Amino acid sequence: MSSTETPPADAPTAAAPSGKTGRVCPEDLQKAQTNGSLFDLQDLQVHFPIQQGFFKSMVATQKRYVHALDGIDLQIARGEILALVGESGCGKTTLGRTLLRLEKSTGGTALYKGLPLNKFSEKALREYRKKAQIIFQDPYNAINPKQTIFDIVAEPLLVNQMVHSEKEKEARVIKALEESGLRPARDYLFRYPHELSGGQRQRVCIAGAVVLGPDLIVADEPVASLDVSIRNDILKLMVVQKETLGVTYIFITHDLSLAWVISDRIAVMYLGKIVEIGETEEVVKNPRHPYTKALISVIPVPDPTKKRERIILKGETPNPIDLPTGCRFHPRCPECMDICKEQTPRDIHLGGNHYAACLRLP
Amino acid sequence: MSAATKKAKKGAPAAKSAAEKKVARIEHPGLLDVRDLKAYFRLSAGWVKAVDGISFTLEPGESLGLAGESGCGKTTAATALIKLLPENGRIVSGEVLFDGINLAKRTEFGMSKIRWKEISMIFQGAMNALNPVKEVGDQIIEPIRLHDNIGEKAALARAKELFELVGINPKRIGEYPHQMSGGMRQRAMIAMALACNPRLVIGDEPTTALDVMVQAQILELIEKLREELHLSFILISHDLSVMAETCDKGVIMYAGKVVEQGSVEQIFNNAEHPYTKRLIKSFPNIHEKREMVSSIPGDPPNLLYPPSGCNFSPRCERCFEPCTSIEPQLTEIEPGHFVSCHLFGVPDQATQDAASADVAATDADLAAALEAEAQ
Repeated sequence: MSSTETPPADAPTAAAPSGKTGRVCPEDLQKAQTNGSLFDLQDLQVHFPIQQGFFKSMVATQKRYVHALDGIDLQIARGEILALVGESGCGKTTLGRTLLRLEKSTGGTALYKGLPLNKFSEKALREYRKKAQIIFQDPYNAINPKQTIFDIVAEPLLVNQMVHSEKEKEARVIKALEESGLRPARDYLFRYPHELSGGQRQRVCIAGAVVLGPDLIVADEPVASLDVSIRNDILKLMVVQKETLGVTYIFITHDLSLAWVISDRIAVMYLGKIVEIGETEEVVKNPRHPYTKALISVIPVPDPTKKRERIILKGETPNPIDLPTGCRFHPRCPECMDICKEQTPRDIHLGGNHYAACLRLP
Repeated sequence: MSAATKKAKKGAPAAKSAAEKKVARIEHPGLLDVRDLKAYFRLSAGWVKAVDGISFTLEPGESLGLAGESGCGKTTAATALIKLLPENGRIVSGEVLFDGINLAKRTEFGMSKIRWKEISMIFQGAMNALNPVKEVGDQIIEPIRLHDNIGEKAALARAKELFELVGINPKRIGEYPHQMSGGMRQRAMIAMALACNPRLVIGDEPTTALDVMVQAQILELIEKLREELHLSFILISHDLSVMAETCDKGVIMYAGKVVEQGSVEQIFNNAEHPYTKRLIKSFPNIHEKREMVSSIPGDPPNLLYPPSGCNFSPRCERCFEPCTSIEPQLTEIEPGHFVSCHLFGVPDQATQDAASADVAATDADLAAALEAEAQ
C-alpha cells in the first residue's frame, strides 16, 4: 500500500488508487483531497441487464438492458443541496444509489474526492459508508418499531465501531438528535417509534444518518409521506444541517416546487439523462428545456385566480429499454423538430451554471 | 342482532323497494345537501368523532373540494355520504339529502340502488382499488350489468366507449391491471366510476400517488368530463393547490370539524381562519418570492381525547381566552363564506348552552348505544 499523491483539485482524472490490485484502500479515503468537488461524474452509465429465460437467452441475438442512467455528467460541490427532479422511472433514485455505491456503474467514471467509486475495496467501502448516508421516503417503515430511539440512532455507531464507551455513545446520540431538531433529546431517548409522529420519526431517521458525521446524505423523497403542515420543518432542517454541519444533500423529489424552496441547484432528469441543470432560481424562473418548461407549467398553484397556460405532455415516459432515437424526449416534445429525431443534443451552456440539452438552443 | 338484520335483508327487498317509491321527495336546495352530518367510530376506548358536523350544498355540475391534513376526517365524510363506513363507524346524526332522498336514513338495499348508479367514487390508489386477477374490462362491465338491464355485448360496447372517453385505447379492454401503468389504471378507475352515468362523482385523492405530469393529465381529464357530462364532483385532497385549480367551492376540515368553507376564491384569497392561512402558506408557490415557510407547530389532536374548546387551539398562534373553553361555531362572515373561529365573535350564552346540551344529548345516546351493544 504505497502512498498516493493528491491530484490537483480540478483534475477530473482518477487519482491512482494505491492498492495492489488497483483498488482503493481505506487509507486513500483518509488522505483524499479535501478541496475541489465532492463528486465528479463523467458519462456515468448504469444499465441493468434484463433477466431472460433459458430459451430466450439462447435464441436472442443480443442482451437487452434497462438504461437507468445513460450518460450523466455532473459535479457535486461540498455543502450544497442538489435536487434531482423528474418523473418516476427517470433514474433519479438510481443516481442517488450510485453515489452511495449501492449500485455499481457499468460505464463512465464516478469519482468521490478524486477516487473511483467502482474500485473501492471492501474495507474502503465500509469506511465510505460512514461518509455517505441515505434517508428514505417512508419513516414509518424505515425504522425498527421494536427498538428505542436511542438504539436506532446508536446502531450505526456500533456497526461501524466508532464509539468505545457507553458515555461516548450517549453523547453522540444526543448530539445527533439535537442536531435533527428533537429537543430536548433526553425526552426522546427511550421512546419507541410508535410514540412519535411522522415528522418526528423522519427526524429520527435523519439523526441516524448524521450521527456518523457524513459528507453526503441522499434524501430520497424525504417528505413525500408527511403531512403538509410538518413538511416544511423537515426541509428547513436539511438547510440548517447543510449550513451548520456542511453536509451535502442530494434531494430526490418529483415535486419541483419543493426543490425550489430549499435546493441550491436543480437537475431535471428524463430517461436516464440530465436535460437541464442550473441554479434553482434560474431553472425555475427561466427554464430553457421544453421538458422543464412543461414540468413547471403543471405545478398546481394555491391561487385560484391565477389561470395560467399548462403544457400537458401526452403519454408517459417511454420504457428505458428501447430508447427513442435522437433526443430521447422528442416523442413527447411539444417543440419537436425533424432534426430531433436523429441528432442527440449536447449540453448547451446558457451562462452561469445553467446547462440544458436541447437542439433548439443556440 | 346480526342474524336478525340478515333475515330482514333477505326477506324484504321486493316489499321495501315498493315502499320506498312512495316516500315523498324532500325539498332541498341543490343536487346534494348535507346537513350537520356526524359520523363517529366506535373503539374500545370510546367514540372517535371523525366527522363532527359538516354541512354543504352542491349544485348539479358544481365541484367541491374537501381538504385537510391526514386524519381530519375528509375521507370519512365522503364514505359516510354513500354509507360505506367501516363496520365500527356509523352516522350518528345529520342528513344527506340527494335528489330528494335522505341517504342517511336509507337501508343497505336502498343504497345499493344509489351507489354507482347515481353516486360513484374514484378511490385513492388505483393500484389497490382494481382487482388484480380480473380483466379491467370485466370490472367495468360489472356495475353496468348490475344496474342497467343490458346484455354482455352491449355492456362491453359501453365499456369500450368509456375507455375511449378517458383516453385509453379500447383494444386494451381485456388487459389486467398489472399490464397498465399507474396513470392508465387511474383512467380505468375513472371509466369505472362513470360506467352508469352517475350524477355525482366523489374523487378520494384521485391523483395523490401519481407523477406531476400524470396528475395534470388526470385533472385535465376530470375537468373535461365534468363539463361534457355535467357532473357534480367532490374532490377529497390533502393538496390545497389541486383544490384551488379544480374546484368551485371548498371545505377545510381540521380534526373532524369544518374550520372554513366558501368559494375557492374566498378561501384562497381571503382566508380568515388561522389554520387555513397557515395551511395555504405551507404550499410553496413558485410564482411568488422564494421563501422558507415554517410549519404549523404541534400535531393534530387525538380525537379520542379532543382538547376542550376549539380543536385547533393548542396549535393556534392567535389563541386567546375563550378558545380553550368554548367551542366555536361556524359563522358567516361574508355571503357564502363561513369561518369557525372566536376571532369572528364568541357565541353568546344561549347558543353555547344549546350547543353543549346538544353534545350532551348525543353523548348520552352514544353511551346508551355502547351499553346496549355490550349486553
